[in-house]
Amino acid sequence: MDRIARRNLLNNVMLTVTGICTVVTVSILFLILGYLVVNGWRSIDFSFFTKLPLSPGETGGGVANAIVGSGLLILIAGAIGIPVGFLGGIYLAEFGEKTVPMLIRYTADLLNGVPSIVIGIFAWTVIVVPMHHFSAWAGGFALSLMMIPIGLRATEQFLRGVPNSLREGSLALGASKTRTIISVIVPAAKQGILTGMILGVARVAGETAPLLFTSLNNQFWSNKLGEPTASLPVIIYTHAISPYEDWHRQAWAAGLVLLVLVLIANIASRWVLSRGASAQRG
Amino acid sequence: MATAAVTAPPQSRARKLIDFSRDGDRIAHLVTFLFAASVFLVTVFLVYELWIHSGPSRAKFGFSFLTGRTWDPVAEQFGALPFIYGTVLTSLIALLISVPLGVGAAIFLSELAPPQLSNACTFLVELLAAVPSVIFGLLAIFTLVPLMRQYVEPFLKHALGFLPLFQGPAFGVGYLTAGLILAIMTFPFIISISREALLAVPREQREAALALGATKWESTWQVVVPFARLGIIGSIFLALARALGETMAVTMVIGNDTGIHTSLLSPGYTIAAIIANEFTEATGDIYLSSLVELGLVLFALTMVLNGAAQLLIIATTGKGSKQP
Amino acid sequence: MKRQMLWIALFAAAWSMAASAETINAAGATFPAPIYQKWFEEFHKAHPDIQINYQAIGSGGGIRQLTEGTVDFGASDMPMTDEQLSKVTKFKVLHFPTVIGGIVPTYNLPSASSLKFSGATLAGIYLGTIKKWNDAALKTDNPGVNLPNEDITVVHRSDGSGTSFVFTDYLSKVSPEWKSKVGSNTSVNWPVGLGGKGNEGVAGLVKQTPNSIGYVELIYATQNKMEYGSIKNAAGNFVKADVSTVTDAAAGAAKEMPADFRVSITNAPGKTAYPISSFTWLLIPSNITDATKKKSITDFLQWMMTTGQADAPGLSYSPLPKQVVAKEQKQIALIK
Repeated sequence: MDRIARRNLLNNVMLTVTGICTVVTVSILFLILGYLVVNGWRSIDFSFFTKLPLSPGETGGGVANAIVGSGLLILIAGAIGIPVGFLGGIYLAEFGEKTVPMLIRYTADLLNGVPSIVIGIFAWTVIVVPMHHFSAWAGGFALSLMMIPIGLRATEQFLRGVPNSLREGSLALGASKTRTIISVIVPAAKQGILTGMILGVARVAGETAPLLFTSLNNQFWSNKLGEPTASLPVIIYTHAISPYEDWHRQAWAAGLVLLVLVLIANIASRWVLSRGASAQRG
Repeated sequence: MATAAVTAPPQSRARKLIDFSRDGDRIAHLVTFLFAASVFLVTVFLVYELWIHSGPSRAKFGFSFLTGRTWDPVAEQFGALPFIYGTVLTSLIALLISVPLGVGAAIFLSELAPPQLSNACTFLVELLAAVPSVIFGLLAIFTLVPLMRQYVEPFLKHALGFLPLFQGPAFGVGYLTAGLILAIMTFPFIISISREALLAVPREQREAALALGATKWESTWQVVVPFARLGIIGSIFLALARALGETMAVTMVIGNDTGIHTSLLSPGYTIAAIIANEFTEATGDIYLSSLVELGLVLFALTMVLNGAAQLLIIATTGKGSKQP
Repeated sequence: MKRQMLWIALFAAAWSMAASAETINAAGATFPAPIYQKWFEEFHKAHPDIQINYQAIGSGGGIRQLTEGTVDFGASDMPMTDEQLSKVTKFKVLHFPTVIGGIVPTYNLPSASSLKFSGATLAGIYLGTIKKWNDAALKTDNPGVNLPNEDITVVHRSDGSGTSFVFTDYLSKVSPEWKSKVGSNTSVNWPVGLGGKGNEGVAGLVKQTPNSIGYVELIYATQNKMEYGSIKNAAGNFVKADVSTVTDAAAGAAKEMPADFRVSITNAPGKTAYPISSFTWLLIPSNITDATKKKSITDFLQWMMTTGQADAPGLSYSPLPKQVVAKEQKQIALIK
């Protein structure tokens, strides 16, 4: 085979290979979704969402307390994480000068990169030990630490993305800087900021490691925030590694519910973002 | 504005507040600064707490903690080496699989695929990054592990069993399986960021190569990819940092063995996995402190890697950190 | 804005009123978890205002969390050592035996069933000196049985486990090599094998891994319809675990129970005694400041020792001997 033919062959082969790589990697998402649907769909019924788990070895029951528990943890995480991310982002974009913002950005990135299990250790030392109690507070706090960097970065990024002409126009009309931010800049960036918050929630909704020794688990309804609480990810974990067929069934179903929620949140955040972008263009 | 207020409908509380704070800017500055600073403070506090709570074991073992091979709660001898080994090994296996596949896919998506297809596929791949770790673990236990145990590992033993890397019983769980699941979890980072780095390469570079008679592949592989290499390497670092800290999926398939083994088919342990398994029950101060020290080691590792990754990515794409 | 605040306040008030059930948190052993879960559920039905949330995180976890004060009481199959007891400063720890259980060697070997193990063989398997199923030692224990030429996949606990303690305690008694090389504790430096989390984790691994062997509490093997072997006891007979053989193991201890109830009954004498048996204990603080919690806990203990014992045989646990119950009822009075 002469040289040119060889090179062309290599060209075709390698490009096909890259195509195969793409097919393999993209299809994994569908495989995952497919498995969860096939294995989990049958187990999703009314009692799954409304009943409490039963003792191991008994069939039936549901994960109602885990769903509520996850919701509770996300609420706590959001109550702490969203204000910090939002207001901190405003500082970085609008008020910060010189080295301070750089330092804060660096530590936010650092915090973002901390492995979730180490965040769990931190929440344990800071909340569980002094409180002498495993609690939803500790779990929510751990999750909030993971939400903050995402919200912070998104807020700063999208606030910066607002054209300076808007800022200057508002200031020229005599509005104070604060007024400008509240009434002009934030509304202009609101899609992006919302995206950041939704992404933050989606990320922490599925986290398990930080909850293992903070909110622990609970086979009943956890009625106070100072008590341990069940959560979807922890239930999936404990049920998956157990030998009970019934628990496996529930793990699949819970996994399907969790994945669908997380994917919806991610897709929704992108949709919000694209709407915002087109609104700005149009 | 005051006159407008007389005839206008009752003011909302927010409006009153704004008008009231003539020097509201300074308050706003302070308030937002406090919130931003809290991020800094909490991170510093985190490092501080890790340092303090690992005190007893740092005092007892010193640097030999990092080289110690025994993890013996009975004799209270703790060494981090098996876990550092397992963490690094599984991450390496993950990268060996995900880098070729990921870069290959990134090349396809940036160079060959029409923009619509490229965007759609990238969207799907980035969704993969949103899948929680515990769900990967769930799938791994019931689908990947039996597959490994019944087909893949026996095949590897049969074909490559002369290498110490592929000896020993086929458990299904172990370093190789953990590495595989980590590879799947790191695809999105490599594909997404490499694709952006490749797309950032100026048109002229490609066209120049093609004008010189190169095939598309040669142009891509010999010109475009090297041009984007810093970004691609950055994506690899980021993927590595994620793989090192991954807990749940790994815990569910690594086999939980505290020794150092050469065979990839053997069970092992990673730093994150042993903390997850043993933290709530470490009876004894040195035991608990050793686990916290492991957390500190992991934190240091990921911190260095993340820092290097950020620098590389900024250098190429100029866009700063990407959080898929 | 005001109206919304009002709604939120109303909601919070309603929620906290509805949530008036007292929650008591406990954590510990997975060995007795099936019967504890059942007990706490039944007790809750009888006393709807008391919720005892029990998390099976392993005996090591129970001891640790009790010491830290993050739970109201703990549970463990390993009695706390003097050193561990000295670390608990706020109160004294009272051990309350609840049931007696047996730990069985469960295995996944489709070609063979009803295997017999001598103590030395088990120790060899877990030391890694016996590597294959058709090893000479296993052949001697099981004459005439067709054992495959396959590697043994050993499974042990990855978490701090009272079950591990009882198992290694037994191995230490029958194998001097085990005693010197590994010893006995809730967490040891296992020479070989995979680690599973909790009794459930070990059962899960054995169930899914062919040619594997693990040690679990009896109910985990029976509930999951897994095969388990018989073990040679001190008298030289191969005994399979069940309610009666485990009860026989406790016969001697029943008569000579120490005042603090800390006792080991592994490798017990007796023709029909099952050698890997153990009491399991609730670790109760001697001093409970919250009066409602104290009443709930003492009520539960009283209920557990009397009515609750009826549940034991159904879940393959042996109920407490009468002499032990009588002594425990006196110990309840020590809780202040």
